[in-house]
Amino acid sequence: MGLKRYLVTRGLTMFGVLMITLLLTISLVGSNMDTILKQGIIYQVRAEITENTTIAQGFNNPEEFEKFVQQKIDERVKTLGLDTPWYSPQRLGFTMYKILILDFGNATFLTSDSGSSNVGEIIFEKMPKTILLFTTATIIISIIGIVLGAASSNKIGSKTDRITSTFAVISSSFPVWWIGMLMIFVFAFVYQIFPARATPSIEPDDPGYILALLYHMALPVITIVLIGFGAWAYLVRNFMVGIMQEDFIAAKKTIGISKKKIVYSHALRNAAPPIVTILALSLSGSLGGAIITEAVFDWPGMGRLYFEAISVMDLPVIIGSTYILTVLFLVSIFIADLLYGYFDPRVRTSS
Amino acid sequence: MSSVSTQEIKKEFLKSKLGLTGVFILSGLILVSIITISVIPASTFQEWNNPEKWISYPKTSVPSWVNFLSSDKIPEHKIINAEVFQSQENGIFLTSQQFGVSFEYDDFPSDFIFEMETKYTDSHLVQIKVLRPDGITLELLSTSLPHSDNETIHNQRYFSTDSMIKKNLNIYKNNFDFDFQVGTTEIIFSELYQNQIQKGNYVFIVDIYGIEKYVEILESKMILGGKAYGLMGTDELRRDLAIGLLWGTPLALFIGISVSIGSVVVGLIYGVYSGYKGKKTDEVMMRFNDVIYALPALPFLIILAVTISNSIFLMIGFLMIFSWVGIAKVSRSMSLQIKTRQYIEAAKIMGQKDSKIIFRHILPQLLPYAFASIAISVPAAITTEAGLSFLGLGDPSFPTWGQILHDANTYGAAAQGFWWWIVPPGILIAITGLAFVFIGNALDAIVNPKLKR
Repeated sequence: MGLKRYLVTRGLTMFGVLMITLLLTISLVGSNMDTILKQGIIYQVRAEITENTTIAQGFNNPEEFEKFVQQKIDERVKTLGLDTPWYSPQRLGFTMYKILILDFGNATFLTSDSGSSNVGEIIFEKMPKTILLFTTATIIISIIGIVLGAASSNKIGSKTDRITSTFAVISSSFPVWWIGMLMIFVFAFVYQIFPARATPSIEPDDPGYILALLYHMALPVITIVLIGFGAWAYLVRNFMVGIMQEDFIAAKKTIGISKKKIVYSHALRNAAPPIVTILALSLSGSLGGAIITEAVFDWPGMGRLYFEAISVMDLPVIIGSTYILTVLFLVSIFIADLLYGYFDPRVRTSS
Repeated sequence: MSSVSTQEIKKEFLKSKLGLTGVFILSGLILVSIITISVIPASTFQEWNNPEKWISYPKTSVPSWVNFLSSDKIPEHKIINAEVFQSQENGIFLTSQQFGVSFEYDDFPSDFIFEMETKYTDSHLVQIKVLRPDGITLELLSTSLPHSDNETIHNQRYFSTDSMIKKNLNIYKNNFDFDFQVGTTEIIFSELYQNQIQKGNYVFIVDIYGIEKYVEILESKMILGGKAYGLMGTDELRRDLAIGLLWGTPLALFIGISVSIGSVVVGLIYGVYSGYKGKKTDEVMMRFNDVIYALPALPFLIILAVTISNSIFLMIGFLMIFSWVGIAKVSRSMSLQIKTRQYIEAAKIMGQKDSKIIFRHILPQLLPYAFASIAISVPAAITTEAGLSFLGLGDPSFPTWGQILHDANTYGAAAQGFWWWIVPPGILIAITGLAFVFIGNALDAIVNPKLKR
């Protein structure tokens, strides 16, 4: 089986997952969506009729009037296609088609910073900020992790090694958002170094906006790095330890290449494939965690948007951001697969 | 893959310092859970979200042990019982309740409340005053009990925040050398020359005058609201945090252990069956596994909690959906190895049923691995549940650590410096997680000797 075939299979699986996610999301929120839409129509029709007093005067008794109102409502429900339930094939197909072409409709309550209520616009305004925060954090984590991991694998059982391992276990037991709360408490209130809310207060078109954004980003980035780098260093160390026991390293040792050079140049290069793969995976994993982290720091990204949408039950936004989050998640898994297949020829040949 | 006997595991485990530390912490947590369940009445957690129950507790108080650490003594929360005297003069029947308190703290109390249950007929006049250490008496309040023609039982509360008390205190304005723009307790407990605490014995007197009869006091107490309370302090809603944290322990253990056991059992059987069957079945089952693996867990958990239910038992089920996948993958590859062994082949030839082969011959071999994975997957379950609770999606009928942190975040505990509200729940989450990580790592090192280095 060639690399092409491997990628096609993986790609198809991913697409299948995407469809299933979409279907699941729609079926979980679908019935709520219908109720909300119908209530909206009833409200709208009644408002239109009460505004226009001449319509009400044309009726002799209230029952006849009520009948007229009901008729109007039914008409509108039918034109919008709400008379068939959300799970009917044509409505389901239509909804999924629209989402696939990234047409998420309009948000019920939320708006973007520029005031638009188009779900697509809201999401694409928030997404860069989430990507900025988590990519920055992941890059810093991996740099520290690789340096520290390589250093500990160089001297197994040394002080650095033991401290790294202990720190890895302990730091990964704390929830990131709790450390976030503590960091806000200490560095935003006790010592007022960083701002407590991560949303910059100046307008996006201000020239100083990028600087302000970076300054506001400092505390979340520090928190994510603090929690993440230990586990990374430990992982890198374990890969390195495995590679250091391989025959070709032993051979290099007998030639007389210094241990330092072996660790930092030969072993590290061979540990790269799994490290890069896991890097892509961990980036996708942190996207899901973004919801809580962004809620704590009030970071204006996808996670906070998702949380806000959930708290006011803004269904189009929920569906749209679940879709986009899943796409991001799958793309990074796919990239991880791709890298893994590229680096490790065994994957391509065995099925 | 190795077949390690239970005896060996036990022997090896007892040698592992880390594993023993984990067991030690875990037994501590279990002990706390048992004590909590058997000693603390269940009504305390059922009424966790009922503000009525917590009214006689102080608001956002630091833990009282803080007083041992600092030189300034923070006023502790006090509930004082009355001494009742009755006397009669010229047809006036006086019932006097006296609440004596020796106040030796370096800060003002936050407030005070008189609570009494009385039985009386007719009208009664109530007068509240305080006798200060410097001999000055301050009249605080003159009011009356509601008139009643027949004998009635009446519950009454007088709060220090009552605007009438502030108004009455204004009469003494000239005695004090500072501006009266402070709370009532900060006037009553203050020195005359400047707004500074006056230490000494205070006597609060509640006199009730009746015309024909004494009033009968059924119950009476004065709550002097402190700024320090209990082992863990209280929160903005006056709830005793010690109780919330204690109840959180059995809940966290219950959630963590049931999710991990459930998902390990499901993952194990699923993986072993898939690996054992092989071919088409394996292909289909592993594709399904891939799908679940690629679902973003947290967004889905949130949607499920919002649309279906946030009951704690359903939540455990939802968490299981997303946590059996990895275990299924590993146990599949293990069963692929085991099924090629000769005794499995032999059992097959002898015509044993598939289910029998799986449960008799394959699964028992995976048990050590299963125990290690149960221990390792507990912390993730606990932190995920805590995270959901933190977002406000937890089951409101149970006080979990995540919910305490959610409340802390909602009431801006970080901004107001309420460290005792933020720090303990997180530390408990981490300690519980660590206990299982320690045990899991120790077991893992025994089961997979490759990792030992």
